[in-house]
Formats: sequence, structure tokens, C-alpha cells
Amino acid sequence: MTTVHSRRRLTAAITRALFFAAMLLVALLILLPIVIIVFTAFKPVAEVNAFPPTLVPGAWTLDNFTRIFTDLPFARLILNSFVFAGGVTLFALMFDSLAAYVLARVDFRGSRVLLIAIIASLMVPFQATLIPVYQLVADLGWINSYTGLIAPRAADAFGIFFLRQFFLALPRDLDNAARIDGASELRIFRSIVLPNAVPALVTLGIYTFVNNWNDLLWPLVLTTDQQMGTITSGLTMLTGPNGIIPYGVMMAGSLIALAPLAILFLVLQRRFIQSVAATGLK
Amino acid sequence: MALSTTRRFRPPPQIGGRGPLQGRMKRRLIVIAFLLPAMTVLVAFVFWPMVAALRLSFTDASGFGTPEWVGIENYVKVFTDSNILRAMGNTALYTIMFTPLVVVLALLLALALNSPALPLRGVFRTALFLPFIVSLAVAAFAWQYLLDPQVGLLSFWLQNLGIRIGDVLQDPALAMPTVVLIAVWKNFPFYMIVFLAGVQEIPQSLYEAARMDGAGPLARFRSVTVPLLGNTTGFVLVIATIAALQAFDQIYILTGGGPYQSTQTVVMQIYKSGFKDLELGFASALSYVLLVATLLLSLIQFAITARGEKDAG
Repeated sequence: MTTVHSRRRLTAAITRALFFAAMLLVALLILLPIVIIVFTAFKPVAEVNAFPPTLVPGAWTLDNFTRIFTDLPFARLILNSFVFAGGVTLFALMFDSLAAYVLARVDFRGSRVLLIAIIASLMVPFQATLIPVYQLVADLGWINSYTGLIAPRAADAFGIFFLRQFFLALPRDLDNAARIDGASELRIFRSIVLPNAVPALVTLGIYTFVNNWNDLLWPLVLTTDQQMGTITSGLTMLTGPNGIIPYGVMMAGSLIALAPLAILFLVLQRRFIQSVAATGLK
Repeated sequence: MALSTTRRFRPPPQIGGRGPLQGRMKRRLIVIAFLLPAMTVLVAFVFWPMVAALRLSFTDASGFGTPEWVGIENYVKVFTDSNILRAMGNTALYTIMFTPLVVVLALLLALALNSPALPLRGVFRTALFLPFIVSLAVAAFAWQYLLDPQVGLLSFWLQNLGIRIGDVLQDPALAMPTVVLIAVWKNFPFYMIVFLAGVQEIPQSLYEAARMDGAGPLARFRSVTVPLLGNTTGFVLVIATIAALQAFDQIYILTGGGPYQSTQTVVMQIYKSGFKDLELGFASALSYVLLVATLLLSLIQFAITARGEKDAG
């Protein structure tokens, strides 16, 4: 009896160990591209192009980082990425929450039609309206400008819908009491609803920032001046179809591109993952 | 995605001299003020462009001169031009490879992450989530280096295992699987987390009941996990398909649609027609085909979500 029991326990332990080992292997393989970015960024050129290839640098250098700042206007690109992704996030949170507030909390004629229109526009892929959006931004004289980059995304149907759902779920006692006390809608919005909506705002903020920081197509078509590109669009300038690819410099640039999001992720890990789970329910 | 109507807000009783008419006017103004910024952006950059793209798609607009009305000529070209049909075929091929692969990988890893038998689950979850924060562009660079036929670490390792992959990005048969692989790597964490949220919503009591009935792990998976994860899976399948239809970034960077147009997708073609060849009318027609395809998929998604909510009670 005991031998059967202990044998079963042994089998379970072996299964567990095998499971763990398999997952470890999978995880390492999945992390390989990120590991290679980090290590290659610090490798001397000779080692980057050496055969057989290595994983960990034999010698460490910062040459690739100095070169990315001379090959591209990289400091400017970093600034542009922050202005673009940060600007879009800031405006979208502001405009979306204002609209979501009245859609969730104030009864007015046409609110349902408006909500349906907003939900319908969720289904329109950005790529499908790219040409007229580009033309409009061009007609406004906003090519190669922050305004042009940010304005088309300064509000977003998903954000409005997402926040409206959150606002609907907030208890109404407080704002009704404030209304009876004569508080204005703006005041109720600012000092009662918004402070209670911080988790939703953080979630939406992460989602918006990450999407725009990583976006390629929009900065690519909107900025013809290299000084106005983002890190993501700027790095593509390093690759020539037939040129030799400067992998070391590219990985240094890639590391800088992913560092802010990696830091944001490690600091706000739970929120970050929740943000994906919540926005995935889109 | 509940479409519940707003609960009726009854305005507080007006005190003092303010008449009901004045109150209503004021409330209307407030509503407009709150909506104005967001609606301006949406009307200018989403709703109006939808109309504009439709109008453009029936013209020969090129960015110069006055566009001439050409009827359905652009749409005829979309469905007859061999290059465009090729691009649609490539997008279909990309989707057929991407969607099942990413969904299966995400589901398996979500189940593994949810398993109590896995030590250090939190660490694994963090590690497996990391590709999500990497842009497709940066992912493309890293994979390009790993797979480089001369200096790539992965191609070297595979070579040691006796597998010669050659220059995958220059190989018409392998370029497409490669760009798909990169997208799978970048996107699976997103679907994995959605699955994980779905798995965690399954009440443990159901598993215990199944265990009482003598169901082994496999039977429990089949009789509890699979049916209860059906809606999540359907939902993930649709959003993955929509994402696949928009394939662009890594292809633009790595192959430019080549070799021999083997990775030329619909969005690559919209970019080329619209911004390189300046055939704005034609590119708009192609955009509309993409829009309608996405719309149909979204409607399926709505149906799935609605069914899920009904099932949930």
C-alpha cells in the first residue's frame, strides 16, 4: 500500500519536474529575441558579425549607442516618441472621459444613437481610412508636425466606450447628492467621478501609450522629415533593402525603444496585465 | 460588451427662480460642451474619412488635378488585377497561418500558467508577457538578426541540428511563414492573457464536481474547460483574424512585400498604391474591401460576445 502511494507521489514529482523543465525551455526560447537585443546592443561590431555567432558579448562596449545618436537624430526621435505617445494618451484620456461621462450619467436626447455610432466606428480599422485622414491632415498643413501626429487620435471610440462602461458601474449616490447641493456637472465629473475612475484611466492610459509608442504606419506616412519621426519609424531608416544591416546599432536603438515600456511594465506589472485583460474584452 | 441603456437620470428638483426650461437648456449646453472635443475628433478623423474614402473609391484621384468619377472601375480592378488578387490571397494565407497558430499557442500557455502544478507561475507569467511590449518593428529587427544566414544565432543553432534554413527572407516559400512567426511571437501574450482571464473565471467547484465523478485531468479539460472557454476562444479567434488582416509593420521592414510579391499583403498594397503610386482612388477601393471584411468579422465577434453574456445569465 505504501509503496503504491510513494510510487504515485514519485510519478507526480517527476511529471512536475518535466513540466517545469519544458516551460523553462519554452520561456527561454520565447525570450531569446529580447535577450539578443540586450546583448547585441553592447557587442563590438566585430563580434556582432562574427562566425560562429555568440550570445553573451565577449567584450562590452557602448559604441553602438554612440553610433545610433550620430547615424540618426536619435535624441530628437526619443523626444518625438514621448510627445506623440504621451500627447495622444493625455488628450484621449481627457476627451474620452468627458464624453463617456455624459454618455453614462446624463440622460439626453440622441444619446443612444450617438453610442451606437461610436460602437460602430470601433469596427473601422485605421488602415481603411488612412488615405482620407492623411489628406485632411495634409490640407490642414499638419504634415511633419506634432499636431498632425496627435490630432487624429486625440479621442478614440474604444476609450469612450470603455470608460462609459466603467462610469456606469460607479454608484450614483454621491453625484446625486452633489447635484442636489447644487454642484455643477463639471465639478461632479472632476471631483467625484474622475477620482473614482483612476484604475480605468490607468488601464486605458497604458493601452493607448503602448499602442502609439509602438505604432509604425501613422508616423511613417505622416513624417517625411527625419527630424519629426518617432523611434519606431526612425529605426526603419537604418535598414536599406540592399545595404549591409548594422545589427549592433539597430539593437542599441531597439533596446532604447523598448526600455520605457519595459520599465513601465515592471513597475505597473499587475495593472499592465489587467489592462490587456480588460481591453482584450473590447 | 453590454449595450445597456443609461439609467434614467431624473434632474434634481429646481429650487428658487430657475424655471424648468432654463434648466433643460443649460443641461443641453453642458452635454454639448462635454461631447464637443471628442466628437470633433471622431467626426473629422473617423466618420468623415469613411465617407471620403467611399467617395474617393469611385474616382481616379491621384492627389493632383480634379478627380474624375470612374464608377466601379476601381472595384473591378480590385477583383480582377492579378497583383491585387495575389495580395488578397497572401493576406488570406497569412491569416490561415497566423490565427490558428497564435490561438493554440496562447491557449496552451494560458492553461500551463493556470496549472497549480507549475512552480513560479508569477515569474513565468511576467516572462511570457514580455514580447507584448516589444513593437512589431523591433521584433522584426531582432528576428532578422537571429535568422541571418551568415551571423544569425538561431540559424547557426539550427545548422548544428542539421537544419539549413538559408536566407528565409529571400526565400519565396519561407518569407511568409517567417513574417507570420514574428507576428505570432509578438502577439501571443495578448491572447494568452485574455485566455488566462477566461480560464480563471471558470469556478473551481465545477472541477471538483468533475473530480468527484471520477474524471481524470484530460476528461476534466474536455468536459469543463473546453465548453466553458468556448466563447473566449471564439472571441480570440475573431480578434486574431482581424489583426491578421492588418498585417503590415514587419513585412514593410523585412521584405517590402517580396521576394516575388510573396509577402505583399492588402495593407502593404494600400500603402504602396496610396502613398507610393499615388493611386488614391484605387487604394480607397481596396481600403473599403478591407473595411467590409473587418466589419463582417466584428459582427461575428458581437454575436459571440452577446451569446456569452446571455449564457452568463
